[in-house]
Amino acid sequence: MMKAFFTSDLVLLTITIALFVAGSALHRRTRLMLLHPVLLTFVAVIVFLRMVDIPYDRYMEATHILDFALGLSVVSLGYLLYEQSERLSRNLLPILCSTLAGCVAGVLSVVWIAAWLGADRTILNSIAPKSVTVPIAITIAEPMGGIISITSVVVFCVGIFGAVFGPQILHYGGVCTPESVGFSLGAASHGIGTSRAIELGAIEGAMSGLAMALMGVATALLTPILGQYFY
Amino acid sequence: MLGLLVILLCWVLGNLLSFLIGGYISGNVLGMIILFVALKLHLVNAETVRPTAKFLLGSMALFFIPYGVGLMESYTVILDHIWAIVAAAVLSTIVVLLVTGLTFQWIAKLKRK
Repeated sequence: MMKAFFTSDLVLLTITIALFVAGSALHRRTRLMLLHPVLLTFVAVIVFLRMVDIPYDRYMEATHILDFALGLSVVSLGYLLYEQSERLSRNLLPILCSTLAGCVAGVLSVVWIAAWLGADRTILNSIAPKSVTVPIAITIAEPMGGIISITSVVVFCVGIFGAVFGPQILHYGGVCTPESVGFSLGAASHGIGTSRAIELGAIEGAMSGLAMALMGVATALLTPILGQYFY
Repeated sequence: MLGLLVILLCWVLGNLLSFLIGGYISGNVLGMIILFVALKLHLVNAETVRPTAKFLLGSMALFFIPYGVGLMESYTVILDHIWAIVAAAVLSTIVVLLVTGLTFQWIAKLKRK
């Protein structure tokens, strides 16, 4: 009786959004990156589903509307790109070259290191697009035979790592102009890096959003080719 | 409402294009490029899509929660390869940061000379 109540689409969706809102509130209070609302919600939803014994398939079915909205939000990245198009044309050459270099270096380095440490092909395909925003990473990994839950969690954690340590790593590496700092934060750690870049400054934030969208496109284009010939 | 329609239409066109090229790139990524081009060519007014796009972009993190929850079924696979995944992800993120940043800085400097 109780279980029938919990398994309805409405209740599962409401619980998901409630946990996300609660996670965001907790995050605002603590300001700790590790307590990121998304990570908290991942864990809280899993604990909840285990407690009331609802299988993942049922949950996925109930929250299908979120997946639909995710598709819409990827298309909306086109608007973000448009907002920054003046910046894009002003820095066209450095942007194109560094996107290309970062994309190829990112895909090959993650795959080669993981393979060297003994990961199998399924894992490699799951983590190859680890630098791009989650929804795009999923659409790249899925047709290549990756496990998309691994993709989404790894991509997310990469985002947090880059947002927390990125500015310092760039400083040690001698990357110092605001344009290049912002651009590399967005390229390496997508949306989470972008929110960190916005804190650094307006130029950093704008360049970072641009990098996130362009890395998504470049990685979607190149990963299947790299997967076929280079790993 | 018009904004949502525009975004949906871009997605539909993207899916169609994706089908025509044999699914090499997913429809939503193509839809993003189509939206960008439509805005750039002033086929669509930016004001029309702004509120919807801002809302969707701002809520993106919520929308992928269900995928992360999939971890409840795949966590054993991650645990089996935890060190390979963590080491590869961390090192490769450092590589992306530095390669992107240094390339950007270097070419921007060349151009200014």
